Amino acid sequence: MALETQDILRRSATTMESAPSARSFRPEVAKLIDLSRCIGCKACQAACMEWNDLRDVIGTFQGTYANPIDLTDQSWTVMRFQETEVDGNFAWLIFKDGCMHCAEPGCLKACPAPGAVVQYANGIVDFQQDHCIGCGYCITGCPFDVPRLRKEDSRVYKCTLCSDRVSVGLEPACIKACPTQALTFGSKAEMRELAAHRLVDLNARGLAKAAVYDPSGVGGTHVFYVLPHGERPEVYGLPRDPSVGALVGFWRSGVARALGVATMFGVLVAGILHYMRYGPLEVPDESGGAGGKEAQP
Amino acid sequence: MQVSRRGFLKLTASGIGATTIGALGFSAARAVADVRLFKLAHASETRNTCPYCSVGCGVILYGLGDRSKNARTEIMHVEGDPDHPVNRGTLCPKGASLLDFIHSPSRLRFPEYRAPGAKEWKRVSWEWTIDRVARLMKEDRDKNFLAQNGKGQVVNRWTSTAFLAASASSNETGFVFHKVIRALGGVAVDNQARV
Repeated sequence: MALETQDILRRSATTMESAPSARSFRPEVAKLIDLSRCIGCKACQAACMEWNDLRDVIGTFQGTYANPIDLTDQSWTVMRFQETEVDGNFAWLIFKDGCMHCAEPGCLKACPAPGAVVQYANGIVDFQQDHCIGCGYCITGCPFDVPRLRKEDSRVYKCTLCSDRVSVGLEPACIKACPTQALTFGSKAEMRELAAHRLVDLNARGLAKAAVYDPSGVGGTHVFYVLPHGERPEVYGLPRDPSVGALVGFWRSGVARALGVATMFGVLVAGILHYMRYGPLEVPDESGGAGGKEAQP
Repeated sequence: MQVSRRGFLKLTASGIGATTIGALGFSAARAVADVRLFKLAHASETRNTCPYCSVGCGVILYGLGDRSKNARTEIMHVEGDPDHPVNRGTLCPKGASLLDFIHSPSRLRFPEYRAPGAKEWKRVSWEWTIDRVARLMKEDRDKNFLAQNGKGQVVNRWTSTAFLAASASSNETGFVFHKVIRALGGVAVDNQARV
């Protein structure tokens, strides 16, 4: 996908104000994760590994069903299991973690390597590992702590929302595998409707506080949730109001770039001026006479 | 490498100049981003049934190559069959990781035989295996077949051998299996689908 085909919406560390944009009628895709339907079977996790040719190291038991215990460069989605109390009752919460594919991605904003993070017109945020310089700024920039640095090749990996499958008109591997329809995939509008429909159902079943988690702080996400305990996203490990840090926004902003360029120019100009005014630095011969040089060891 | 003071300054200055130009946007790289190539474009598709549980989900085995004479079809991907009425494309984690089961080094690929008292399994041919199973069945049936019960009623029962069918069998396979075993007088017939 080249910029000319207008499949790319944004590209890290690149000014794209005048990017071709006539093909504006593109549906945004989205994955809806309905946690009220999830049974934590990890079919999505297995299908993700299988499709993406990933094989993580076999982990050890850490007191939870999660395996691996956290996202890694080889595990782009991980089921998490929280034991907690909600409204005075014990709750065993199952949560599918992975990239949210934000509309305003913090990773893309933070990335200093041109083209290492791209956002396609369908909303998928994808990492281009050949452009990645392994600085890890995307990890700092991500409000959901998703990207993982691979030590072996110093590049960052995360869920691609199966961009290779979506580009040929297929649903992502995790979506296809899910046996309980906790995962669904379609246009963002369609998924919003489905989520609203699910909320009506959940409210009728006594989960009055069920809510859709589609945080506006990152412009909405292309992977979003129906949370049975929607009033407390923290219990699932989700930030309540995620946003891209102000510093991250500033450091890739025009102001910061202008400042940087101005500084570089300033140093260059100052150097030249200094050379013109004072000339090369002459070391005064303090030892006196020809004997000075011979005294050096 | 020896660099003179003058040379070092020149290098530094040109370095600063080059980075400045790069920072201003005169970058040589084209704005290209690629998704991974779709790996199934011309893979051959084979329908099958998941071998695990009694649900019997339909799967599609994607094989490397287009089944031409010289292409050896190596299974490279397994996915749920969207047209299968049982699972409509979905799979459980075991089904979703069938690829590693297929290529597992510890997978049983051929019949093996361990003689009574022997410690080692040895590879045997299918012909030998089928002959041996048939021979044992016949011997056992000849010895234990009951044509009549104690009251002299005709029962034609063979109760000393049990048969277990696999849940992944089709209706037709199940029908044939049942007919064959019942024809021999077999009464102990079970199926994994019962579990």
